[in-house]
Amino acid sequence: MILKGKTYRAGENVNTDVILPGRWCHLTDGAELARHCMEDYDADFLKKIKRGDIIVADDNFGCGSSREVAPLSIKSAGIGAVVAKSFARIFFRNSINIGLPIFESPECVNASKAGDELEIDVFGGKIKNITRKKEFSFVPFPPFMQTIIEKGGLKGWVMERLKD
Amino acid sequence: MGNTIAEKILADHAMLDSVIPGQIVTVPVDIAMANELSAALSIKELYSWGINTVYAPDKICLIPDHFTPNKDLNAAGISKIVREFAKKHNIKWYFEVGRAGIEHAVLPLEGVILPGQILIGGDSHTCTAGAINCFATGVGSTDIAAAWATGEVWLKVPHSARLSYNGKLNPHVYGKDLILHTLKDLTTSGATYMSLEYHGDVFDQLPMSDRFTMANMAIEAGGKTGIFDFDQKTKELVESTPGFKNEKPSYKTFAADDDAEYAIVREYDVSKIEPQIAKPFSPDNVCPVSEIKNIKIDQVVIGACTNGWLDDLVRAADIFKGRKVHPDVKAVIIPGSQTIARKAFDMGLPQVFVDAGCVFSTSTCGPCIGGHMGVLGESEVCVSTTNRNFKGRMGHLTSEVYLANPAVAAASAVMGRIGSPVDL
Ligand code: SF4
Repeated sequence: MILKGKTYRAGENVNTDVILPGRWCHLTDGAELARHCMEDYDADFLKKIKRGDIIVADDNFGCGSSREVAPLSIKSAGIGAVVAKSFARIFFRNSINIGLPIFESPECVNASKAGDELEIDVFGGKIKNITRKKEFSFVPFPPFMQTIIEKGGLKGWVMERLKD
Repeated sequence: MGNTIAEKILADHAMLDSVIPGQIVTVPVDIAMANELSAALSIKELYSWGINTVYAPDKICLIPDHFTPNKDLNAAGISKIVREFAKKHNIKWYFEVGRAGIEHAVLPLEGVILPGQILIGGDSHTCTAGAINCFATGVGSTDIAAAWATGEVWLKVPHSARLSYNGKLNPHVYGKDLILHTLKDLTTSGATYMSLEYHGDVFDQLPMSDRFTMANMAIEAGGKTGIFDFDQKTKELVESTPGFKNEKPSYKTFAADDDAEYAIVREYDVSKIEPQIAKPFSPDNVCPVSEIKNIKIDQVVIGACTNGWLDDLVRAADIFKGRKVHPDVKAVIIPGSQTIARKAFDMGLPQVFVDAGCVFSTSTCGPCIGGHMGVLGESEVCVSTTNRNFKGRMGHLTSEVYLANPAVAAASAVMGRIGSPVDL
């Protein structure tokens, strides 16, 4: 599984309140959520990104509220992956569960600037910054999580448990 | 090698002799809880998977609390979805507005969750229940839907942090100050993915309310859960709940081994801690209240799952008694649940608040999430007993929130500026 896109650069401690503000938390539809993605972090976010682009962020991305509409709005806005130095745990879990690919690579984050083109080998554990001709590795997900990702989220896991 | 409380509860549920940090286990869930916001998404997901039944209606808890009593048509719409789902599937623990309150106060006080159990909740502050020696953690809506369908959840066994609090408390220092002090030390990412285990003799001096406040804010350090030991105080609270009295369920309790391994160990001498405050825009941006000079305020909120407990209302009322809210300040008092409100009425607390010029609200999350009942306008400054002061959390993006304990919040409401009860 290979993902390719241009970098949108974000800072540290980007919390879920600014990714998807409380005033939109009653929404459940992906397309509607997408319209408010990152609204309180960067009002021009949606103008700056294209389908498949990759958010590259510093430490503790997605901290705060457990609202799953935060990663859902990112996925629905067309973001292909998020690479961060580290993620808050509920955001991490939610992303895996809904099939938003996310990766921890401090080296890649340090070396990447807005607009750089990245290529991620999801199960191979490699990220290439094509613009800067650099390659970084990340620890691939444990097999259990790989299965969930391959199935496109937790739904596949549920279906399997229900079969047993 | 010994085990921590979190490791023991997870091993017990996974039916293993022991587990180690990093290990992924699939465990049965004792209660899978959601509020109206997270439930709406969980219900939508469950149905979209083609699943039309739930695994165990008696292990599901639904509490509409964030935007209730419904603040607008959107809130009314999602509350209705949740209510109808609860009816259709015979959900045992559905709490309707008027009999409910904030989910994290309702769960332990009504006896929905017991010591030694595993609680997952579609809300990050689900960790609050760890105060009664259970493993309680926040997850997303998909996890909740999956648990409703299968009765199970996958969990990575967390590393644990051992936090000890000993010594004699200073006046007006409570659980909130201890956890704010800890957040300054650990930072908002310092305990990411960990179980925060709270120990120390200070908890003999403080009521259960303060344990809830401290377990509540484990997530503010990035924690997966916050857990306390089981003792006589826990037993009294647990066994006085309606849920326990009705059914007399058995429960297990867990204590850490002396040789358990911790990723972080901290010893705090509480006699060195004075009332604390978290400045905008992060819960770890903490200093003693005494260092804040001449900051005028527009609003005070006392409540939330952090500090809407009965003891918190008593502490606030002690300050408001015989005093008035400053003319430039709006003060909003919100009990954590209807059960807490009823006790507050018995003690005459609402009279004290209203006499002082406060709003006394029914239980709701309301202003904590910038929903209703006190949303902040442009550039307004608020002292709040809630747990998060991120940009825009309680309203306008330019508004500012300072986090403090109920006595500091009440004293600030009276003075019209940030200050401590000793300044009154
Ligand atoms: S009171 Fe605030 S922090 Fe607590 S559950 Fe409600 S919105 Fe969340």
